[in-house]
Amino acid sequence: MTADTAMPMLNPAGHRGLHHEEPLLFELSQAGTAGTDWAEPAQAGQGDALGGLMRQDAIGLPELSEPQVVRHFTRLSQQNYAIDSGILPLGSCTMKYNPRLNEKLARLPGLAEIHPLQPLSTVPGALKLIENLADWLVRLTGMDAVAMTPAAGAHGEMCGMMLIKAALQDQEGGAQRQRVLVPESAHGTNPATAAALGFKVQAIPSNGRGRTDLAAFRAALGSDVAAVMLTNPNTCGLFEDEILEIAAGIHGVGGYFYGDGANFNAIVGRVKPAELGLDCMHINLHKTFSTPHGGGGPGSGPVVMNARLAPYAPIPFLQHQQGKTRWMEQDASGKSIGRLRAFHGQFATFVRAYAYMLSLGADGLQQASADAVLNANYLLARLQDALTPAYSAPCMHEALFSDKFLDGTGLTTLDYAKGMIDAGYHPMTMYFPLVVHGALLFEPTETESKATLDEFVEALKILADIAKKDPSRLQQAPLYAPRRRLDETQAARSPRLVWTT
Amino acid sequence: MKYYTKEHEWLELAADGIATVGITDYAQKQLGDVVYVELPAIGKAVTQSGEMAVVESVKAASEVYAPISGTVVAVNQDLPANPALVNSEPQGAGWFVKLQLSDEGELAKLLDEAGYQTYLASLS
Amino acid sequence: MRYLPLTAADRQAMLATCGVDTIRELYSGVADSAWHDGLFKDLPLGLNEWQTELAVRQLADQNQTVGQLASFCGAGAYRHHVPAAVDHLIQRGEFLTSYTPYQPEISQGTLQYLFEFQTMVARLTGMDVANASMYDGSTACAEAVTMANRITGRNKALLSGQLHPHYAAVVQSMARWTGVELTLAEPDPLNTEELIGQITPDLSCVVVQYPSFFGHLNDYSRLAKACQAAGVLLVVAVSEIVALGLLKSPGSMGADIVVAEGQSLGNGLNFGGPYVGLFATRANYVRQMPGRLVGETVDTNGQRGFVLTLVAREQHIRRDKATSNICTNSGLCALAFTIHLSLLGEQGLRRLAALNHAAASDMVQQLMKQRHEFGKISVCNQTYFNEFLLDLGQPAEPLVERWAAKGLLAGVPLSRLYPHQPKLANHLLVAATELTQQHHKDQFYQALKEIC
Repeated sequence: MTADTAMPMLNPAGHRGLHHEEPLLFELSQAGTAGTDWAEPAQAGQGDALGGLMRQDAIGLPELSEPQVVRHFTRLSQQNYAIDSGILPLGSCTMKYNPRLNEKLARLPGLAEIHPLQPLSTVPGALKLIENLADWLVRLTGMDAVAMTPAAGAHGEMCGMMLIKAALQDQEGGAQRQRVLVPESAHGTNPATAAALGFKVQAIPSNGRGRTDLAAFRAALGSDVAAVMLTNPNTCGLFEDEILEIAAGIHGVGGYFYGDGANFNAIVGRVKPAELGLDCMHINLHKTFSTPHGGGGPGSGPVVMNARLAPYAPIPFLQHQQGKTRWMEQDASGKSIGRLRAFHGQFATFVRAYAYMLSLGADGLQQASADAVLNANYLLARLQDALTPAYSAPCMHEALFSDKFLDGTGLTTLDYAKGMIDAGYHPMTMYFPLVVHGALLFEPTETESKATLDEFVEALKILADIAKKDPSRLQQAPLYAPRRRLDETQAARSPRLVWTT
Repeated sequence: MKYYTKEHEWLELAADGIATVGITDYAQKQLGDVVYVELPAIGKAVTQSGEMAVVESVKAASEVYAPISGTVVAVNQDLPANPALVNSEPQGAGWFVKLQLSDEGELAKLLDEAGYQTYLASLS
Repeated sequence: MRYLPLTAADRQAMLATCGVDTIRELYSGVADSAWHDGLFKDLPLGLNEWQTELAVRQLADQNQTVGQLASFCGAGAYRHHVPAAVDHLIQRGEFLTSYTPYQPEISQGTLQYLFEFQTMVARLTGMDVANASMYDGSTACAEAVTMANRITGRNKALLSGQLHPHYAAVVQSMARWTGVELTLAEPDPLNTEELIGQITPDLSCVVVQYPSFFGHLNDYSRLAKACQAAGVLLVVAVSEIVALGLLKSPGSMGADIVVAEGQSLGNGLNFGGPYVGLFATRANYVRQMPGRLVGETVDTNGQRGFVLTLVAREQHIRRDKATSNICTNSGLCALAFTIHLSLLGEQGLRRLAALNHAAASDMVQQLMKQRHEFGKISVCNQTYFNEFLLDLGQPAEPLVERWAAKGLLAGVPLSRLYPHQPKLANHLLVAATELTQQHHKDQFYQALKEIC
């Protein structure tokens, strides 16, 4: 191992002196302690009202006082890297700043303390908020309607593909359409969703420019094609510049165009997906509209759609009639694909996304997209010699590199990523998209300042240099994280998914 | 006699007409540490080149195709508890299934040892 | 714009580094016909923080909250006290603004709490293993049916008439579009259905709810045995997780899969979401589970650590052969659940559950005791946890509307959820929790007396 001074450490001393090993709750438990002060009920419930089903055994929950609980979770939090800690350049994940105003507003009693089944007449403000957010989404995408209830991006995909399946069933011969075309660079959720709905997934290769191969796409078209699922900008961080031809092709054979809106954040305020020929698209509020990822959720995945698909929208939905808007919990037409989840959707997420839209406005949203694209192109330009760009510039909101710059070092993308951790950074997305060897996908988002990007670039260059001069240093990385590399093989061969004494 | 496929399965035919099937050393190296093998039910009929089993490494899952048509007469009972056998002895104790062949004529479509080695050489 | 750090000078310098003069050149892939050079004219310009707050507050102020009114609404979403520490801790930036823990060395915080969450869910439900959460109870329920189909190789499910109608509807939507056959039992408000006789060997699973949607408590042990004999899986859905603090676990009755809504612990009502789906099963089915799983392992120094594991089941690896298309889950809501349950502990949860039951029990006893004053009203339950069904003897929904105007949310009229079942029009589902106060109950009794 070389001296640590060779590492581009942001924080060479680290905070290891303050770093605490934290046992599991179950190991900290001390019987007879509690972090709440509930008394035994004065009058026990009627024993027989439980039907003889009173629990006799211990559950096995840990027992701790409030300060112990607070300390436990505070210490756990300190083992996480997050946007609030620094740049979190995960490509295709859009880790932008999560405004604290949004958190404050989502907690207003008038929005947080309302029951999903209290009479709708008592919650006009909540319904208005949903309507306003829906209106923003419709206007930003140029679509005609939006399904607000999907709980996350993949759930939105399920919704969108159900809409398409329903519409096809209503048209002659539509039910015979079995094939769904999905570019190889697509998120795994696309083929998983199509397959779950009984479609046959056909992968479409990418061309040498990182876009969908139009010739291969056209060759795959046929009267048995139900839909194409396309992400635009795509997962290589590139705008599908032949998207108008793709739209014409799929519509020409009577199929539908599903848009994966995971990367909508690059084009908000500049491009309306409806004008690209999309029939429907899900939007990840937790990416484009700044609602927090929370360590893996909750998300929210509304689906915008055009008038051809709108009759099939899931319940509940907004109905505009004679100047009035109603929240329809039942489907009178018999055309709806049905209910996709209980209640009204990820409402508290709607509040955050709406606050974000109001804060940015038409001008701010457009500027945010432009800054996201500029930041990614800046990374691409400044790293083009140290790393290996996968495709030629410009890119959209993310910059993609292959692992070619590691040739001859014996190192993998994984080693390079772990080196970034020792330099104080969260790694980029690795090994995705699959169409680029050892892919490194950086999405800086509009949140990062030029100064942060400049520091980041310098660190990445030094790491690329270390890769050539002292590869073993990166093979050992990370040395300074709360844990060294973890044995994933052991975890998967003999899974231990719950704690046992 | 051992036979191979271009999908990196091997097949060894015993005198009683029962074929033992597994994946090759090349295949296990490509996969990395095998963590789980999903085996077919005994009695299942498989067709040549059809899906027969799934082998999972930490970050990948691959279909294993039947090198030949037949009926599954046995599966390797050691693999569920010890999938590492696929890495350590892919062409021995790490076998997957035994098949009762339904059409010996299909053997003609498989590679022999020399043919497989030539094929591997062409990959690098 | 306060969230954007780039200055005009930065932008100019960076464009130059990129070798272009304008941002439009970076969007060169966009055809002119699709490009909007100016601002979208039909949307307003941005607001400062105070203006944004005012605009949202103005909407919030139009709603009547359960805190202001006497509320007896339940039906799958319950108002409980959430300790202050819960919301404080989940707002720590390291939790709130972190991503899915794909880099385990710098995500041990998230991974460890998810491991603790999985352990708590498994123990509470009486099952061997649990995943790191689903979107909510209803979608978890639909995933359970899909999983049962996968395990049994069958394609037909039987849903109890006491399953939450939204859960049943979600299962139905999935079934309809994925080609699964379903038998939905008729709504069973009086707890008379007999499912054992309907078990056939072509079923993949039977789905029941515990406590049932109408509040009834049933011992599913016999049903579990009958299912087992036919190779059918028993799926038990729980929409009020606090109940398991007082009641025998579904696992101890023989459930094969337990799905639940975890909102009651740590999570507010939030007009229905986001909530947190719990999903637990037996050890031998673990590889058929949907969703993320966290497992224990060691690092190269031999120190204990946690990783996402069995990922080869998931969509990002298996793509069209994945066990589910789920990607994002409810991480932060699962954290809130875990913190609340740690604060409660064994004794706290038992007491909380007992208080809930006592609150409902007190109301049922009052209604029975003063039967002369509540002549037209009957209680439909022999058994219940914290929720019970009333037959008001007249349509419930107009009454609920009328009472709401007077500050009483008397419960959920079944017609809201079963609009096409006239025989349920008079029914009102009433929930009481540890937060139900005497003056709330008095207000409730008074309203009922006025209609008798």
